[in-house]
Amino acid sequence: MSRDALLDGGLAALSAALASRRISSVELTAAYLGRIERENPRLNAFITVDPDRSLAQARAADERIARGEGGVLTGIPVAHKDIFCTRGWPTTCGSRMLANFVSPYDAHVIERFDAAGCVILGKTNMDEFAMGSSSETSFFGPVRNPWDTGRVPGGSSGGSAAAVAAGLAPAATGTDTGGSIRQPAALCGVSGLKPTYGVVSRYGMIAFASSLDQGGPMARLAADCAWLLNAMAGHDARDSTSLDRPPEDYARDLDKPLAGLRVGLPREFFAEGLDGDVARAVEAALGEIRRLGASTVEVSLPNMALSVPAYYVIAPAEASSNLSRFDGVRYGYRAPHYADLAELYGKSRAQGFGAEVRRRILIGTYVLSHGYYDAYYLQAQRIRRLIAADFAAALANCDVLMGPTSPTTAFALGDRAGDPVQMYLSDIYTIAVNLAGLPAMSIPCGLGANGCPVGLHIIGDYFGEARILNVAHRYQQATDWHTRLPGGAQ
Amino acid sequence: MTQWETVIGLETHAQLNTRSKIFSAAATAFGAEPNSQACAVDIALPGVLPVLNRGAVERAIRFGLAVGGNIASRSVFARKNYFYPDLPKGYQISQYEAPVISGGSLAVAVGEREITVRLTRAHLEEDAGKSLHEDFHGKSGIDLNRAGTPLLEIVTEPDLRSAQEAVAYAKALHALVRWIDICDGNMQEGSFRCDANVSVRPAGSAALGTRCEIKNLNSFRFMERAIEFEARRQIEVLEDGGRIVQETRLYDAQKDETRPMRSKEEAHDYRYFPDPDLLPLAISEEWIERVRGEMPELPGAMRERFTRQYSAAPAEAAALTATRETARYFEAAVGAVGDPAAARVCANWIAGELAARLNRENLDIGAAPVSPEQLAGLVRRIADGTISGKIAKEVFDALWNGEAADADACIEAKGLRQISDSGAIGRFVDEVIAADPESVAEFRAGRQKALNALVGRVMKVSGGKANPQQVAELLRARLAG
Repeated sequence: MSRDALLDGGLAALSAALASRRISSVELTAAYLGRIERENPRLNAFITVDPDRSLAQARAADERIARGEGGVLTGIPVAHKDIFCTRGWPTTCGSRMLANFVSPYDAHVIERFDAAGCVILGKTNMDEFAMGSSSETSFFGPVRNPWDTGRVPGGSSGGSAAAVAAGLAPAATGTDTGGSIRQPAALCGVSGLKPTYGVVSRYGMIAFASSLDQGGPMARLAADCAWLLNAMAGHDARDSTSLDRPPEDYARDLDKPLAGLRVGLPREFFAEGLDGDVARAVEAALGEIRRLGASTVEVSLPNMALSVPAYYVIAPAEASSNLSRFDGVRYGYRAPHYADLAELYGKSRAQGFGAEVRRRILIGTYVLSHGYYDAYYLQAQRIRRLIAADFAAALANCDVLMGPTSPTTAFALGDRAGDPVQMYLSDIYTIAVNLAGLPAMSIPCGLGANGCPVGLHIIGDYFGEARILNVAHRYQQATDWHTRLPGGAQ
Repeated sequence: MTQWETVIGLETHAQLNTRSKIFSAAATAFGAEPNSQACAVDIALPGVLPVLNRGAVERAIRFGLAVGGNIASRSVFARKNYFYPDLPKGYQISQYEAPVISGGSLAVAVGEREITVRLTRAHLEEDAGKSLHEDFHGKSGIDLNRAGTPLLEIVTEPDLRSAQEAVAYAKALHALVRWIDICDGNMQEGSFRCDANVSVRPAGSAALGTRCEIKNLNSFRFMERAIEFEARRQIEVLEDGGRIVQETRLYDAQKDETRPMRSKEEAHDYRYFPDPDLLPLAISEEWIERVRGEMPELPGAMRERFTRQYSAAPAEAAALTATRETARYFEAAVGAVGDPAAARVCANWIAGELAARLNRENLDIGAAPVSPEQLAGLVRRIADGTISGKIAKEVFDALWNGEAADADACIEAKGLRQISDSGAIGRFVDEVIAADPESVAEFRAGRQKALNALVGRVMKVSGGKANPQQVAELLRARLAG
């Protein structure tokens, strides 16, 4: 296997090569760092790369492997979305507000990867505070899609998706509040999983909307995501919403045949607004799934249409409060000139936050205000319960639901930046899943007429990660969309 | 002229005496170096999350049981959003629509009367840090040691009708939170802070007047003066034909007046909403029962028992249950005497001599140099006539000063045993009769008072040790002869 084929071949191949000492973690890390050095100026997928630190970790991993103490992920470099606090690393959340913030502590997810012996390959670019669907709102400039650098990679975990798609990293972390793992995974042609809310600790993951945020893995293969989730998941007493469940092996069912699998197809996922290209690719994928032994049945999520409005009340409401700590007083950006306390706050926040973040803080502040709370926030919470009930009904007779991840393939840079509502509709199929707290995944299932990838959305029941990964893995064994590389990446 | 009635409700912040903060593991001890007790959660670093301290909840349950309130099986933490430099997250975690305790009441003695003050609610919340405006050359300092300290905010109905009633309630509440050991009650350190909602209305009116909230009442004395000032101010405004504006006012102890806080500081829309970082607080029946099993006997029940068991007068029973330590001291002393009939003598000593000495030397009863057992030894010797009440004070002083291990040793060492031998007393009596013919003549002339003077002289001659009853009897017998 050539060096490039190894680097692009998924975690199992890398793990085997490391364990058999065919390649060292230092060599592997250096190889990806070399690719980053070459490609990142074009893609802007990384905000911070620190080769010295990464290589030091790689040396430690090699020693661990040499002592025979390595696990399956030991020595594997992982790129982390710059929303995860990483000790000693700048942790910016894509914002000028935190451009100078170096975290004094590690997020739970970072601790877990550290314990597994993974190398931190760098911190990936993202929409500012994870607010966006195109990775254009970053203070550090937009991320470009490796399939077509005139197009967006999706967002907010666009840096992680682009890095994996372009082969700059074999694996990455993302976070998903309304689709921020799945939508960029779809637009960049990689696999990305959003676990059940509470499976991955939010400790050290800078909060956007606490009741919706969930960290998850992004990689070339569904099987890689299973391995990565094994490292990331687990109870953490420092997050009160972290679920205290016995550990499970998310890779345990990967090879299970799909015969008898019941797949629900929500009618609302295939309605108006869906691009023909995307519809065709998804239909073809469903055909493949049926060939693998599954049956499909139409189901309905009658309140789906309400998910975007409900989300754009709840998420900004929580964000407006979560982002209050960024006040220029203790850390982060402080305006250089101010006359009094009110000006210190006003100017620091006006200059430190970008337009989209300010917009959501304003929306959130408004919907929580006296006299509007009942009409917006409480109504949105009611809708949230209706949507969860819709999913429960649909999943009562199905193992998983499927549809498109995003209504379109990657759109052109700047295309929707001026039209927030158009931008918000990019997440029309993903948002409802966060409102319900369910696990869901996007895997590549085709290419559009513009040569950009299409994502297949697989939604499972609570704690159905192993089942979702099983379906995704069997599909990937029968198809080769996940092996397609963007033309410009080599 | 209109008669006015003052209507007051109090909001009290009792700092709960947990060792660590309500949502973090940082210590709560008072007086540490600024910012030395503020961890990542307290300074609100990006990405940190709150984890509820169950010790704070347990204390809230204890309070709920003590006031007979409803302990919610499910209550909700909410965020109260506002910007201030000593509020690191930009919101305070509190409880809003669903507090942990609702209802309940407190019986409060106001002079000879007893009133019942209804409680609206008690909820858990975190304290903010402190802004330090001195010593920073034109800048303000922030100390976040206090940020995240657990508080129980206790709110009354508008049931109080005078500054005296308000103070009596605040004192009773202060005693209760210390009694059930949920708050150290240290007002100087801010562990127990009260705000008062004050309004006035024409006597007999059912509708409430417009209220003002008075802040900065950090002692009972200031509370009384601030409420009195505020009620007077409101009455003057109304009698001049003016209207009361609902506002928050600060009490200035130096000028003895209240004045409005700048409206900018109170024009808040706090945008409360349930904190998505914390699950609703669930309290099971089992948890409540376990706490109930660990509750001490409450002051009200104990007062009643003291009245019943020891025939204590109401005022005496109240004094003995002023604090849990006083009650514990009393029962230990009575137990050591071993004779319930001696209980009232113990009570007199504790409420009298002991209380006076403790007060003079500014000591808590827990730190009294005379132990309950030592006091019991003293009381036993009074009861069996070994010493008189007067000599007993001397013995008490000796015990206080550590001059003797117990009353018996002191009586022996100082020869204070009461003289009950009629021969010996007779010799003192004869001596006094011979030395004071004037008083003898006056007594014989029918002036009973003169007998008292003679008894006093005999006692003096005996060094206080003669049994006064025997002295009087012998004098009467000799002078009648």
